Amino acid sequence: MDLAIPSIDIASLGPELILSIAAILVLMVSVFLPKERKDPACYLSLLGILFALASSVTLWGKPKYAFNNMIYVDNFGLFFNMVVLITAGIAILMSINYLKEEGMSHGEFFALILFATVGMMFMAIGSNLITIFLGLETMSISIYVLAGFLRERDRSNESALKYLLLGAFSSAFLLYGIAFIYGATGTTDLKGISVFLSEATYLNDPMLLAGTGLLLVGFGFKIAAVPFHMWTPDVYEGAPTSVTAFMSVGVKAAAFAAFVRVFSYSLWNLQPDWVLLMWILAVLTMTLGNIAAIAQTNIKRMLAYSSIAHAGYIMVGMVASSELGISSILFYMLAYAFMNLGAFGVIIVFERKGEKNLDIEDYSGMGFKYPALALLMSIFLFSLAGIPPTAGFVGKFYIFGAAVKEGYIWLAIIGVMNSLVSVYYYLRVTVVMYMNEPVKEFTGITWSPSMVIALIIAVIGTLLIGILPSPYLDLAKQSILLMM
Amino acid sequence: MTAFFFFPIAIVVLISASLVIFFRNPVHSALSLLLTFFSLAGLYILLNAQFVAAIQVIVYAGAIMVLFLFVIMLLNLDKVKKERERHPLQKAFGILIASLLLVVLGSVIASGILYGTKGIYTVEKVAAIGNTKAIAGLLFTDWILPFEITSILLLAAIVGAIVLSKKEL
Amino acid sequence: MPIDYIPILAFLIFALMFAVGTIAMSSIVGTKKTTPEKMMPYECGVDPIGSARRRFPVKFFIIAVLFIIFDIEAVFLYPWAVIFKDLKVFGFIEMGIFILILFVGLIYAWKKGALEWE
Repeated sequence: MDLAIPSIDIASLGPELILSIAAILVLMVSVFLPKERKDPACYLSLLGILFALASSVTLWGKPKYAFNNMIYVDNFGLFFNMVVLITAGIAILMSINYLKEEGMSHGEFFALILFATVGMMFMAIGSNLITIFLGLETMSISIYVLAGFLRERDRSNESALKYLLLGAFSSAFLLYGIAFIYGATGTTDLKGISVFLSEATYLNDPMLLAGTGLLLVGFGFKIAAVPFHMWTPDVYEGAPTSVTAFMSVGVKAAAFAAFVRVFSYSLWNLQPDWVLLMWILAVLTMTLGNIAAIAQTNIKRMLAYSSIAHAGYIMVGMVASSELGISSILFYMLAYAFMNLGAFGVIIVFERKGEKNLDIEDYSGMGFKYPALALLMSIFLFSLAGIPPTAGFVGKFYIFGAAVKEGYIWLAIIGVMNSLVSVYYYLRVTVVMYMNEPVKEFTGITWSPSMVIALIIAVIGTLLIGILPSPYLDLAKQSILLMM
Repeated sequence: MTAFFFFPIAIVVLISASLVIFFRNPVHSALSLLLTFFSLAGLYILLNAQFVAAIQVIVYAGAIMVLFLFVIMLLNLDKVKKERERHPLQKAFGILIASLLLVVLGSVIASGILYGTKGIYTVEKVAAIGNTKAIAGLLFTDWILPFEITSILLLAAIVGAIVLSKKEL
Repeated sequence: MPIDYIPILAFLIFALMFAVGTIAMSSIVGTKKTTPEKMMPYECGVDPIGSARRRFPVKFFIIAVLFIIFDIEAVFLYPWAVIFKDLKVFGFIEMGIFILILFVGLIYAWKKGALEWE
């Protein structure tokens, strides 16, 4: 049997390769070094992330297929690579002290974060449904474990179990969808699918439509779109807070990367079929997320519902799916990464061991006792609400602008109304911090150096993108130029 | 010829799969699942997918069944006799959704027309090369990247299993 | 070809018939006199204490999960073994990387004591 040995283009796999090696080294370091010395593990993982970032930058602007079209290293994928790498970096910085206080400072935590990031990056650059699926599973398995990392906490276990059961279920939907798409088109290659669909004379093939629907369910679960969102509040509340921060941004970014690549490019010829569905899902996701967030008393639960609402805003960009629509998704994702990570960072600083200080009521009077922390929280929450001059405002502006330009005026109106609703519950936290008297004694907070660095990065990102958005918007526009 | 074997095996699959759900005793369910796995392997053979059939027996009927039984023993489900309180509409709603999904997917499959471009591997060609060899020829050349990603996936799973269940980390 | 598997099917059917047949025969032909001793679970002649249904320790679970993972590794080795002569050095290297990554997992499990029966 003659076998054509494939050409191996290691360079285009640079970021993923570097991060995988870093993850393995972190694992080995955490096993072979004595138990007391856990610092090398987190330094090593941060170093790996920096190198992977650098490697992503060097690949920028030279889109090419590699490994027999399994991956397509274009700016779009690299942009999402950078977003998830930054997310992972900030999440690790936030975790160092948090894990020490919880008494679970183990090197495996950092290794799992890196494994999850590798999976996310494969989802972002994957140009074959199989690559995307394997990336998604690598990410999901690591995150299931991370959600249950605080093993002595019941809620952490509950979070991991719920996420695992429902996640496995959604993976099955995704796989079933892939199987149908393969049956209908004869390929799992994204480019091959789009070529087949552009030449196909018969687009109403039920198998194709069923496959598209099942893929929508699979991705919808990962981005926490209504009605596949039921797991989100419980999982986000129970998981260690730094993991919640990581998954609320990283998983969403990676899933949206694959979602956009599959739907807005590969299945673009089916757009008339899926756009109405996406419209309905976007409206439901925004509205339900915002309304449910109003009623929350726990701040992590509130941010969980808020992250559902944000998934809805980003889906508005997918409904538009024009060049402006896609680039506004990228821009929004970057902005969302900084502001959401920042908000969770403040929660981590204020949280005490044993899930204390997690109710919004506990934040009463924080503005007087810890002015810096309260100021940071206000900036992040203003940004999440979309109040200028923050990143969140510009992001929403471009997303809704893209929707209006494509003629989805009602969608944009519903989106803006939803943002107004969201101002209420974001601002409520600020009001509690500055207007209310403390309900109890503050137990003291710890500013660890790594956390300070993480918060500084997040706040600079949030404000810089908000005040000077144009370079970042150009970056987002550049990212989608040479897709597919 | 194929139909002669297909229908008996398919009936066994359906019955044993339903029994997994309907049995009260979890160990009985697990054994019924074992029968499902074995008969599925039979269906794979009818589809000319002998390698997949072998994997089905080795991995599913072998390793995964062992895990199932261990977990059942670990949880000691006998003592959990209390029925969980359910919303009265929950069951009806679940049945409705499940039957809708069954109708939709069933009609899709029953339509039975594949529009996609067919690959180069016909039944005769696969038989000439050998099933396992044909799979290997693709897996280790064109699909090398997914193959290597699998190892990262498995490594993450090893770490995860130990992190979650080891007494002293 | 599926037809090659008919002997296996025949064997399975025969095994099934033999198992069902012997049990059915013994229940039809055999005499039934039950005494309390006969209904007891057999424990080498010693009276059993307590229920046989006891919770398994969690260490069984770790072993089972590790078994599945390395079983899947072995599944990848079968097709590789069929073809590695054609793949030459390339096949050796790619499988080397695959096994090396999983070997890291084995070292990890070993050093963590997951393989020990404590």
